[in-house]
Amino acid sequence: MEANTRSTGRLPAAFLTPGSSSFMDFLAEHSPELLPGRRTLPPVQGAIEVPHGTTIVAASFPGGVVLAGDRRATMGNMIAQRDIEKVFPADEYSAVGIAGTAGLAVEMVRLFQLELEHFEKVEGTQLSLEGKANRLSTMIRGNLGMAMQGLAVVPLFAGWDVDRQKGRIFSYDVTGGRSEEHGYAATGSGSLFARGSMKKLYREDLSERQAVTLVVQALYDAADDDSATGGPDVARRIYPIVTVITEDGYRRLTETEASDVSRSVLERRLDQPDGPRAELL
Amino acid sequence: MSTPFYVSPQQAMADRAEYARKGIARGRSLVVMQYADGIVFVGENPSRALHKFSEIYDRIGFAAAGKYNEYENLRIGGVRYADLRGYTYDRDDVTARGLANVYAQTLGTIFSSAGEKPYEVELVVAEVGASPEGDQIYRLPHDGSIVDEHGSVAVGGNAEQIGSFLDQRHRDGMSLAEALKLAVQALSRDTSGSEREIPAERLEVAVLDRTRPQSRKFKRIVGRQLARLLAAAEPATAPTDAADDEAEGPEGAAD
Repeated sequence: MEANTRSTGRLPAAFLTPGSSSFMDFLAEHSPELLPGRRTLPPVQGAIEVPHGTTIVAASFPGGVVLAGDRRATMGNMIAQRDIEKVFPADEYSAVGIAGTAGLAVEMVRLFQLELEHFEKVEGTQLSLEGKANRLSTMIRGNLGMAMQGLAVVPLFAGWDVDRQKGRIFSYDVTGGRSEEHGYAATGSGSLFARGSMKKLYREDLSERQAVTLVVQALYDAADDDSATGGPDVARRIYPIVTVITEDGYRRLTETEASDVSRSVLERRLDQPDGPRAELL
Repeated sequence: MSTPFYVSPQQAMADRAEYARKGIARGRSLVVMQYADGIVFVGENPSRALHKFSEIYDRIGFAAAGKYNEYENLRIGGVRYADLRGYTYDRDDVTARGLANVYAQTLGTIFSSAGEKPYEVELVVAEVGASPEGDQIYRLPHDGSIVDEHGSVAVGGNAEQIGSFLDQRHRDGMSLAEALKLAVQALSRDTSGSEREIPAERLEVAVLDRTRPQSRKFKRIVGRQLARLLAAAEPATAPTDAADDEAEGPEGAAD
């Protein structure tokens, strides 16, 4: 049967066949070539030169969770893009940030968003946060073949768990292995430094504003030591993308808010280049 | 060998149409209507879970009267069509006109193929525009014809009577509360002309609200908000609907 999305003929039988509520399952049945994981790559020598996204960080606070990412994409030692967006809303109550091969990552996010929306429309109810996290796991697993050839996608998933009434963070590895993180998490090339930074600054009783500042500090530290991570670019007015997910749903900080936080962090770094000090015992 | 009885094509089609119409008439009617900020769907539905109205895509909503399993099948087909199209091209390339055409073709083929029983459904596909002029409402009867409607439309068994009642009273730029009141009034009239009361818990109400900040404009109106709108239905006091909608927050998209 033809895919037939172009012409306005009768709906193909596959569209009217009762099946699962998953858009990915429907694609696999009906037009498998549209699934990112189904593509076969020719054998290649060495790494493929494509833009890579870098650092994503997340931290939870009593009323929700913050997910943020820097804006740099690199291709080898070149900056491929200065204002790439790597943090996206997944649905009303969750967001996903992606490090790794930018092209594949963005495609994966698009499919993931659609997967959640499709389920919601067909079933009339949202997936549980756990269910969403597992769905993302399946998608990364589908990309394993490409990951083995150097085209890895490593997301960080955060959301408000409506049933448990708290913000939760899930991190992934290239095989789709999923683990829930407590407090804070980071992924991508600068994650080592971001995690170190958050480890010293994180507390369980942060306010929303403090959590936002925390992740911006962490991104600053990642950019400080990792050449692939971009710091706040004041001259071009490019600031990290910071999203907050609470009981009220997903919200992305406006440019003014993001610039306020970034500038206040920068301001203090002028006196203290290494950032806030933790107490020594 | 016995010869089958000859049935003229006109007679066969008339029989099929009558069969479908009778099936549709068994269900309750529903109303789709433009108001100042969008399009409102109102129907009587005792079930909380089995919906007559639902979201197809960002700006497109779906309403159906008739046999549940058949329109549910078409609804899911429509969601798949819209999602696949939006994924292949862009979200803006999914339009109510395209969807209505696909439904018309599907219903038409089923209606005229001798091997299949005709669907006992009547659909409405509506798309909310950036302004009232951009709103589109298509009515799709069981035989696959397609009617471009303006202002208000009723489908289901008692549709003609309700439709003419609405035509006389509907005007452009009504508030949501006014439109809702008019729709409920229209639905509560019996074929005999007498009125009966439809309690709020038997009403299913949804809107495509163009003022919603999200790209998904479909929202169900339930519980307190519905009660408030019904209470505020006196035309002079159509208070701050917009502010109330804001207070409901994002959970609107959740169902």
